[in-house]
Order: sequence, then C-alpha cells, then structure tokens
Amino acid sequence: MSESTPLVLGIETSCDETGVGIVHGTELLVDAVASSVEEHARFGGVVPEVASRAHLEAMVPTIERACREAGVALADLDGIAVTSGPGLAGALMVGVASAKALSLALGVPLYGVNHLASHVAVDIVEHGPLPEPTMALLVSGGHSSLLLVPDVTHDIRSLGASIDDAAGEAFDKVARVLGLPFPGGPHIDRAAQVGQITIDFPRGLTSGRDMERHRFDFSFSGLKTAVSRWVEQQQRDGRDLPVADVAASFQEAVVDVLTRKAVLACTEHDVAALQVGGGVAANSRLRAMAQERCEAAGIALRVPRPGLCTDNGAMVASLGAQMMLKARPVSALDLPADSSMPVTDVQSGLPVTVDHDHPH
Amino acid sequence: MLLALDTSTSAITVAVLGLDGGLLAEQTVIDPRATTEQLAPLIERALREADATPGDITLVAVGTGPGPFTGLRVGIVTGRSFAHARSIPVLGVPSHDAMAQQWFFGGAEGTVLVATDARRKEVYTSVYDRVAPEDEDHLIWARTAGPEVRRPQDLPEHWRGLPTLGRGPHLYPDHLPQSVGPLDVSAAALGGVALARYHVGEDQPTEPLYLRRPDAADPGRPASTLRGEGGPPAPKGRP
Ligand SMILES: [Zn+2]
Repeated sequence: MSESTPLVLGIETSCDETGVGIVHGTELLVDAVASSVEEHARFGGVVPEVASRAHLEAMVPTIERACREAGVALADLDGIAVTSGPGLAGALMVGVASAKALSLALGVPLYGVNHLASHVAVDIVEHGPLPEPTMALLVSGGHSSLLLVPDVTHDIRSLGASIDDAAGEAFDKVARVLGLPFPGGPHIDRAAQVGQITIDFPRGLTSGRDMERHRFDFSFSGLKTAVSRWVEQQQRDGRDLPVADVAASFQEAVVDVLTRKAVLACTEHDVAALQVGGGVAANSRLRAMAQERCEAAGIALRVPRPGLCTDNGAMVASLGAQMMLKARPVSALDLPADSSMPVTDVQSGLPVTVDHDHPH
Repeated sequence: MLLALDTSTSAITVAVLGLDGGLLAEQTVIDPRATTEQLAPLIERALREADATPGDITLVAVGTGPGPFTGLRVGIVTGRSFAHARSIPVLGVPSHDAMAQQWFFGGAEGTVLVATDARRKEVYTSVYDRVAPEDEDHLIWARTAGPEVRRPQDLPEHWRGLPTLGRGPHLYPDHLPQSVGPLDVSAAALGGVALARYHVGEDQPTEPLYLRRPDAADPGRPASTLRGEGGPPAPKGRP
C-alpha cells in the first residue's frame, strides 16, 4: 500500500460493541460490529463485566470477518488504530491489548485514539474531508458533547457536555418508566411517531442564568425526573398512560435543547458545518429538527448513516488513517486504556496539552 | 519458537522457548495493575532477548487462569491476536498447571495444592499429584482437583496442610500454613506445559477459566433508576 492512502484497521471496544473497521485512506472498506446489547437488555443497561467477556469472545472473530469482507490480509495493513478511551475500563483493555498484539506481530504503527474524536472522524469516510473547523454534537448513551473541531487529528475543544445523564441514558430511563424495552432510543422514537407533543417538559440549562454558566452544557436528569413524576401522577389519578404522547413530548424536549445549543454554538463560533454523531443521531426527530434549524441558520448539516453513528471500528480506522495522512506521531506500545480520557486528548501514548475551556 | 505469556497472577510474564522446550528468554514484572501497559513491551523485550522477530514465532501459549478477570482477558486477547496476526496456533494452558509444572520439575514428589488470589476473600485452588508418565513426552504430574474458587476456611482440612504454591498462604496464613513454591506463574513453565501437550496432540482451548458468573463478579455501580435504587446490577449508559 502506498503512503498516500494508508490501509488502517480500527478497533473499538469502549462499551458493548466490538467494532472492527478497515479504511483505505478516506475510503471505507468494511465496518464489522458484534454487539452484546441483547445480553444487557435484561439489566436495562450495559453490565461492564458482561461487555468485557463478550469483547474477548468476539475480538478475533470480528477481526477475521472484517478482513474477509474487505478482501484484506492483515499483512497488507499499514497501521492499527484503537479506542484507548474514554469508556468502560475493562472493555477498553480488551481492544487496546488486541491492537497492541496486532501492531507488534505485524510490525506496523499503533495509534491509540480518543473515542469521541473518532465519532467526528467517521464522517470523513461518509461525506469527505471535514470542514475546518467543524462543530460536532455527539449524543449517545455514554456522551452528550458539543465540540469545536479545528483539526480532528490534534485540536478538539470541548464547548459543553452533559453535567448529569447522557442523552441516550435519559432515553433508556424514560423508556423504562413507560414500559418500553432497552435500549430506549429506538422504542421512544417509534412510539413518538404516533404521539402528540402534549406535555411541556422542562428544557434543562436553558434559563437566563444557566445560559451564562452552562451555555453549551446539557442536563437531562431534571427532565427524566419530570417525566417520572408526570407518569406517577397519572397512575395515582387512575388514568391510562398516554405512552406515545409522553414519548413525543419527552423526545421533543431533548431534541429541542440539543439542536438549539448546537446551532447557537455554530453561530457564535462562526462555524459553517455541524456534524451530529453518536447513537442518538439515529433519532428521526433529532435529524429532522437539526435539518430545519441548520437550514434556517445557513449551516451545513452532516449526519453519517446510522450504522456509522453508533460505536464502530470504522470511525477509529478513519481517525487512524487521518493520523497517518497528517504524519501524527505513533503511540507507544505501553499506552494505557484510559477510561476517563478527556476529549481534548485526541491521541494517547503521547505528551498532551490540556484544554481548559470547559469547566468540568 | 513458542511465545508463552500469562497474566493470571501478580506477575506479568512472557517467555520465548525453542520447540524442543529450551528456554531462550523470559521477562517478568510483578505489577498486576498495569497488565495493559506492560504486557506488549515485555513481549517486545523477550523477543529481543531471544534474538527473535515476530516472524520466528510459530506457536503461542497463553495462561487461561483462573485469575482476576481484567488482567486475564488482556493476556488471552493478546495471545489470540498475536497468533491470528501471524496465522499460527494459540494454545491455552490453565495457569495453575504451569505452577505445578515448575514445582514437580524441581524434583518434588507427592501432592501439592495451588492456591492463588481470587480476591473477595476467596482463593482459586487446584490439587496436583506427581505421576509416572507414560513416556518422556508426557507430563510428570496430573491435576486431581480444580480449578475452583472458594473461601480458604472452606477448603477440606486435608488440603490445607498440603505444601502450597501461589499467594494463598501469604494472604490467609491461618488457613494455608504451608507455603513452599512459586508465588506466581512463570511463562517458561507455562510454555513447557503447552509444548508437552502440543507434541502429544492434546486439545488446548484458550477459553478463560472465570469460575464465577459475571453478575456476582462485578456488580459495578448500582442502578440509578427512576424507580429507585436496588434494581438490576450495574447498568451503564450505552451509545
Ligand atoms: Zn460512542
């Protein structure tokens, strides 16, 4: 493979998906994912030990499948990229250890990269080079972040994040209150489509004072409690629960805040492109409202296909390929898995500069 | 050459052996909390010490525990991934077997207990007897019990008085008074076991010996649900 188009395999094991993707420069060759989500469903959330066990069993078979489907031999690879954080510690370690072993056995460079940066970089294989800067809204069960991205390979600034529950977590918890299955996102989306927005649930951190202190932060815990109280009141009054209407109203409150703050961030920072990623980006109302508000504000909206929004190995491979294309330094073989890796550290196993824009 | 590694005890241990069993290099650090960081550099160092490249390795052997899960998995996935990358076989060895191998190879006779740290006030145990092997290809010992996990005070009385390998006696001296042999696994011994079994064609699966169900093993943080605490264990957000 030529240096101008590095062939990179990416590994992602930060939560419950064992993802292996292969990217050739900016071209996606394969995105293989094994998920243990069904094993977690009965717990209503991801059980770390169950996830780690599933990663170990799925790791090599998923690498094998990715290579087979892409028609790539491991010996052809130019580099290995892996999510080194943030995420579940034990889960991350499976991917990091596997990536190190591949790097060592194949004699190719290793790049330990940030999970959130990878969510941003995946759009390169979907919609071409990232406008610099890009604004990224990453929303999933693990994160709700608003990032200003001048250069996805080494300069990412956190403008805000959830100060309590992640957006996807709120979906899961509200789904549970409404008697809908885990994971909550798709079920609430579906229910909401036949519901009406009849209840005015609170929009967290949007009041005057909050917009000063937490301008681009999010909070979904108060919303979750409000939904819970509303449902309890209905039950106490002996009324039937209008599940579809509650779902639609809850979803509207989440999506309203997310898109409002994302568009505001673009306007204030003079950024012409907004990328939405993470599992919640699959939400149909979020996509529609983001489209509407971006159009109104003259912002280009980029949303990768749903399979590339959820956690996957292709996003890690995509960032790894960018690292190679931009000749970023290689990670050392003793790089750790860092469960609380700050989003401003795009890469690990290197000296880092920390961004202090964000108070959390 | 065979690359052997084990991460089931307090040692992160790597060895390179010739296929005749001769030891070419062994690298060990005692740092059970840094397996992810240290294992790959140790492999690199062991290869260098053996004057070998990854391409010289034709077999990989990995300890399958029992041991603390996180470190154990790092070792197993490393062995599996390395072997997959080189398209060579990976052999799994119950880690206690390596300790027995080291003990009996030193000339010991009779019966030995292996008791390693299982955390949560428990130990992983196995019992081994010295045996007369069928021929020189076979191992000179046999596992007669275990591996299993239990509290040291629940071990049968006649086991507790046996000469004991592993850190169990150091953690629970009242219950396991007879510490005699290695405290941790040696990858050189583990490689020896793998080669012996490989030469007689024994199946050597690399499935980890967890011995505990995940729910009991890692409760994580409690569920914080709208319906109050005390729900199912450890839900975390998912993407
Ligand atoms: Zn994610």
